[in-house]
Amino acid sequence: MNWIIEHKVPMGQWIESFVDWLVGNAAGFFDAISFSLEWLILGVTDILLLSPPSLLITLTAALAWWLQRSLGLVVFIVLSLLLIANLGYWSEMIETLVLVLMAAFICVLFGIPLGILAAHYPKFHTIIRPVLDLMQTIPTFVYLIPTLILFGLGVVPGLISTIIFAIAAPVRLTALGISSVPEELLEAGKAFGATRRKLLFKVELPAAMPNIMAGVTQCIMLSLSMVVIAALVGADGLGKPVVRALNTVNIAQGFEAGLAIVLVAIMLDRLCKQPNRNN
Amino acid sequence: MNMIEIENLDVVFGNNPEQALKLLDENLSREEIIDKTGSVVGVQNANLTIKQGEICVLMGLSGSGKSSLLRTLNGLNPITRGSLRVKDKEEGTIDIATCDENTLRHLRTNRISMVFQKFALMPWLTVAENVAFGLEMKGINKRERLEKAKEKLEMVGLDQWANSKPHELSGGMQQRVGLARAFAMDTDILLMDEPFSALDPLIRSQLQDELLELQQKMKKTILFVSHDLDEALKIGTNIAIMESAKIIQHGTPEDIVLNPKTPYVEAFVAHTNPLNVLGGDTLMTNKEDLAVDKDRLIIDRNQGYWVSLQEGKILKAGKGEQELPYVAWQAGDGEQGKFAVASSAIGMRDAINLRYTSRLPVLLTQDEQFVGVLNDNNFYYALLGKHFVAD
Repeated sequence: MNWIIEHKVPMGQWIESFVDWLVGNAAGFFDAISFSLEWLILGVTDILLLSPPSLLITLTAALAWWLQRSLGLVVFIVLSLLLIANLGYWSEMIETLVLVLMAAFICVLFGIPLGILAAHYPKFHTIIRPVLDLMQTIPTFVYLIPTLILFGLGVVPGLISTIIFAIAAPVRLTALGISSVPEELLEAGKAFGATRRKLLFKVELPAAMPNIMAGVTQCIMLSLSMVVIAALVGADGLGKPVVRALNTVNIAQGFEAGLAIVLVAIMLDRLCKQPNRNN
Repeated sequence: MNMIEIENLDVVFGNNPEQALKLLDENLSREEIIDKTGSVVGVQNANLTIKQGEICVLMGLSGSGKSSLLRTLNGLNPITRGSLRVKDKEEGTIDIATCDENTLRHLRTNRISMVFQKFALMPWLTVAENVAFGLEMKGINKRERLEKAKEKLEMVGLDQWANSKPHELSGGMQQRVGLARAFAMDTDILLMDEPFSALDPLIRSQLQDELLELQQKMKKTILFVSHDLDEALKIGTNIAIMESAKIIQHGTPEDIVLNPKTPYVEAFVAHTNPLNVLGGDTLMTNKEDLAVDKDRLIIDRNQGYWVSLQEGKILKAGKGEQELPYVAWQAGDGEQGKFAVASSAIGMRDAINLRYTSRLPVLLTQDEQFVGVLNDNNFYYALLGKHFVAD
């Protein structure tokens, strides 16, 4: 037993030297990613910040009506946005929204194809399942350190951390959706001469759509839950006032910023909700 | 003309079909093969020929391999050994056992379409889009395929439902959509995998009638899977009965009912209703077997009914010393007190009705020649299922 205690496995060192190696050999690559993502996020944020809030509120209300056909939701969204603007968190909210939607977009962009692969190749699924578990359960701060070193301070490490945390949802739910497509629908597709490609796009994906959309919604919610942590590494947004309030024990500011986050969360959730389809 | 020729076809599910085939050739049973190799024999040494325009019913209990055999026809199940030739459009045949991916798709889009037990309609598509689904796979443009879908929906009487979603329709209507989807492909061969089993009995029988009616016009070659012998007898031109992966009897409905080859078929047949299957020529007492009294043939000794013939044609008929009139029968009821003269091809249900309404035995002719008679004994014999059990 003593021998075991005395001879520590240098696990931490291994990871550290791996990160060091990455910094030493692939710094250019990470800088390029960091630079382009930052440019993209800041660009979109700037455009939205330059447009008048009244226009954005109108557009959001119109989107809500188009997606859900619910007058109640439209009223709720307009009132929430007005309240956020009134509290003075408009620009923070825009920054948060861009970060969340960008993270969710990237998650979906990679998550859905990965989910499809996982559903079609069970071996691949067995490989990525523990990886996804790891990404969701490992405390965020643990990988915040290397992402910080690799991508530098700012919005990008926040984005990357958010993606690591949130990508599991679309992968899992896409895989679940695709693998639970009823066998008879697949057979019908094949029997009527669908190619593999058409089978995917005309049968599997539409049949799995409720699950996939649930994955996307979940992904957006998970991304939103990361805003405070993203603020710790320098991402702008509603997380910043929360962190600041925590450091200065400012109850008023903390509550207001927290309320704004909750309102954004409810709006996004209701907007993404699948209209009831009684199949 | 043969549309489908199945020859020595084996289907084995599992990872090691070669080993299973070897054991199969050594005459091991299905169960022994599962125990030894883990492979399941779906179909064993099937031989079946289906002619153009025929409805061939594959009959058997679940697990007998009927669906497995049906599914080899459009490649949903792989063929482990043997050949399965399908006639192509103009000339030539395609062997599904050896054809490549593209040929298989050609078969699926141009030659063979399928109707499923659980309908298998896409819930996110409208009824019309569902009917057009196969056409979309074929690569036909949207306007054209929706037009065609509408036409086929009219055919099954669902054109008002074109823009509804499948879940808004009843089971019977959904299966009509399934039928329309298969018809829309304009294929000559139709595979139907227990298409009416999921429906309640009244709707089932209605759809059977509709299918027969449509078949009159469309003259497709249909391979139909069923576990219900009454259904098989009603719609089948020929019936192939399967038991534990093998085809054990193949023949016309009447042949199956009258000459069951094994106790298994006999058990099946014993529970069927003969009214729908048997015809006059199998039920009747032949002319040759009737007792002769001078120029009279005695058709019922107890009641004293008789006929007399002239050059094989009916001249007179009567009871005892009294002569009774006779009329030729086409359809409907008979007339009380008049002998009905019917074609020997008459169905048993009609014959019983004639016996009941005329109160007299039914006289049967073929090409105007008297061939036999149907009296009560013949009916009792059939109703008691005596025809079904070898005497």
